[in-house]
Amino acid sequence: MPMQKSPDNITPSTENISGFSLFASVIGRLGTLSGTNDKMSLLSNYFKTAPEKDRVWLIALFSGRRPKRPVQSGFLSLWAAEIANLPAWLYEECYHVVGDLAETIALLIPDPIETGNLGTVHDFMLILQQLENKTEAEKKMIILQCWQQMNEVERFVFNKLITGSFRIGVSKQVMINALAKATGEDASLLAHRLSGSWDPYDIGYEPLVLGKGDGDAHSRPYPFCLAYAIEGNPEDLGDPSLWQAEWKWDGIRGQLIKRNKDWFVWSRGEELMTEKFPELIPLQHLIPDGIVLDGEVLIARDGNPLPFSLLQTRIGRKNISKKQLLEAPVCFFAFDLLEWNGEDWRQKPLKERRVKMEQIHAQVNHPALLISPVIEFDDWNQLAKIRENSRDNGSEGLMLKKVDSIYQVGRKRGDWWKWKIDPMTIDAVLIYAQKGHGRRSNLYSDYTFAVRDGEKLVSFTKAYSGLTDKEIAEVDNFVKRNAIEKFGPVRTVKPELVFEIAFEGIAASNRHKSGVALRFPRMSRWRKDKKPEDINTLEDLKDILKQYNTTGSKAGIEDGE
Amino acid sequence: MLIEFTERGMYCRQGEFYIDPWKPVDAAVITHAHSDHARFGSKHYLSHNRSIPILRLRLGENIFQGVEWNEPVYRNGVKITLHPAGHIIGSSQVRVEYKGEIWVISGDYKTEDDGISGIFEPVHCNFFVTESTFGLPIYNWKPQEKIYDDIRQWITKNHEDKFTSILYAYSLGKSQRVIQAAAATGLPIFVHGAVWNVQEALLNDGWKFPDVNRITKETPRELIKGNIVVAPGSADQSPWIRSFSPYKTAVCSGWMQVRGNFRRRNTDSGFALSDHADWNGLLSAIKSVNPEKVFVTHGFQSAFSRYLTENGLPAEEIKTEFGAEEEISPLTESNADAEITG
Repeated sequence: MPMQKSPDNITPSTENISGFSLFASVIGRLGTLSGTNDKMSLLSNYFKTAPEKDRVWLIALFSGRRPKRPVQSGFLSLWAAEIANLPAWLYEECYHVVGDLAETIALLIPDPIETGNLGTVHDFMLILQQLENKTEAEKKMIILQCWQQMNEVERFVFNKLITGSFRIGVSKQVMINALAKATGEDASLLAHRLSGSWDPYDIGYEPLVLGKGDGDAHSRPYPFCLAYAIEGNPEDLGDPSLWQAEWKWDGIRGQLIKRNKDWFVWSRGEELMTEKFPELIPLQHLIPDGIVLDGEVLIARDGNPLPFSLLQTRIGRKNISKKQLLEAPVCFFAFDLLEWNGEDWRQKPLKERRVKMEQIHAQVNHPALLISPVIEFDDWNQLAKIRENSRDNGSEGLMLKKVDSIYQVGRKRGDWWKWKIDPMTIDAVLIYAQKGHGRRSNLYSDYTFAVRDGEKLVSFTKAYSGLTDKEIAEVDNFVKRNAIEKFGPVRTVKPELVFEIAFEGIAASNRHKSGVALRFPRMSRWRKDKKPEDINTLEDLKDILKQYNTTGSKAGIEDGE
Repeated sequence: MLIEFTERGMYCRQGEFYIDPWKPVDAAVITHAHSDHARFGSKHYLSHNRSIPILRLRLGENIFQGVEWNEPVYRNGVKITLHPAGHIIGSSQVRVEYKGEIWVISGDYKTEDDGISGIFEPVHCNFFVTESTFGLPIYNWKPQEKIYDDIRQWITKNHEDKFTSILYAYSLGKSQRVIQAAAATGLPIFVHGAVWNVQEALLNDGWKFPDVNRITKETPRELIKGNIVVAPGSADQSPWIRSFSPYKTAVCSGWMQVRGNFRRRNTDSGFALSDHADWNGLLSAIKSVNPEKVFVTHGFQSAFSRYLTENGLPAEEIKTEFGAEEEISPLTESNADAEITG
């Protein structure tokens, strides 16, 4: 039964367990520890004691390298319901209360009478890999066998290996720091070694972590330097002449790498995008060898960025029409130079990197490579006024970078700040609610909102974030008492609660009843002072659309959520 | 029908009394002393003798009539008897009989013997009213002894690491179990005023419990260090709790079965220790009672009644004001204790 409910109880037993059981108990405990230090020491201990191949798997899973899903989750649900002897609807009901497929299944399958040694994580990963060419019946037999020898936390973790996301409050950075602690290696160095493409099935722990015998090193991007949102007044940053301002673009952050005559385009999510954007391919012959550029992939027309919603239509699309390439081509807006002539330039001041980058840009001279311009300003007030026009420039605000700053690893305070414009807002009424996932399981925390259209209410967005736990509990209580109808997991509720919805962008959409799709919608305030009669109208939304989205729908915007 | 489901609660017209009414009435039969079942304002309360000290503590002086289990009371020809429900001390199922029609209103119950609350007695009837707080198959409890072991291991580990162990539990019911579990570690136990009040009322009623110390402003925090604190969940994150630093916290509740609830509470540990029947407990209770029809109240009543009906036992969901409409929100579950936390 569920050992992980009392994570500290596992401590005594971790000494006697190994392989997959150890991995499962560590993952189980990570999900419940609240302090970063506790998580780090647990992980670093794991890196010292676990089988080496299992350490590689932990690194892989916590840096988003999940193997292909070997079984569809629908089948897992089906088989679990069958073993637990439950009708499909009751399984569904359980799923909506638990809010997590892996856990639902883990809770429903009975415990084994006795447990033995399960083998290593790597063993299980191989079993899962070999499922690929098996028939459904064979897959079922193998998965059931696995389930039936595991305890609850093991089943939970095993299911997570199949279904993916290891979102249990441990960031990649925490994992890397733990690895640094365990190995004595430098964390930024490790971050670099672990970036790029490597195959957890093949690579050994030492080659991966100590960088031994690594033939693919030249493909690796640098860890991205990230910025925090500015706190307080920009005036507090001091002398404006020490700072460089740029637009903050709303695209896909990426690195262009040309090394050993090879060409790589990486996203910030460390996804290789080399083949995704044919417009960038000519650059590989123009950019000199030994260069890494940091910047933003954007759709632009005549050098002017267009809204993110257009870029979205390109993501995941293999065949791109001539018309699209012509009307809305992808460009790379470079803003930093990380490597020149094969030399790591990250420790050089931004000013110097910028000058060299501008030279490269001039030399390449191709419409797909643009430079993110530096915004000239003399004082902070002037810059604040310029910032007001961010949306007209297709950006979401400003970036402030210290001119003498080095290129940091990860998110650090001090040298880079983002200064975003205030979001757009609209007052709307809650009309549907659905239970959330993870720590919001069994709470009505996912909401759909409507604006007024004459006498009718028209739904226009969902929003999941922005409320405190206490407020969610309050809304949850309201939903339970004011539910009108059930549609599967969704409840329609009496339109009574009014919220201010904030969002970063708006686009025309033919997939939404309202005709608009929002970008990053969230609840910015609970307007307890307002009644449903006081909310905004569909007309108001369309006005905002007109105001901010002049380039819109030609390329067929699909979905802004 | 002998029992009607009304706005004030479950009503027996023939006998002119309500069972666990949520509005003031003339005559109330009370299954147990938790505040969502035993409410203020009625003129006359009938309950098990063991419930009365707590009812008195929570409702003040009033007219309380106490009976033993299976000791009949007649009201206008209607026979009323109480039978153990195993939920908390004094908790009873209410059996109502008139002209051969038998109802059992079970209140809250659990089927595992916790050694304190009496052993759930399956009482045959025509109509059985059941709760469904944990009426989904994801809820299956470990045996009490296993959970108690887990709690003790946790406390011992904290003690070794020089942390105080704070256990959150309902002051009435769960706290008495947690105190019994924790006492076997041999470490001193300190309790919140709400837990103390309940314990004192029970001691005066002749119960024997392990010794505990009431925490007051004057209690030197140095004495508590590395030992055990039992407090209602509403004390979580309060300045009072912070005065015990350094500490580890654990919530003792059936809701801890699901990770999301656990993470939401932001505690260091959780023990799925419940005073309610789990899925199999509910099913086995209903099977042994063997009624013609089941009325399902507070909890997952819609899923549970549908499951029963599909398995050949007519069941109907009933809306009550016990807990919330659909389930007691794990975030607000400490509310039942709030009024006496002070």
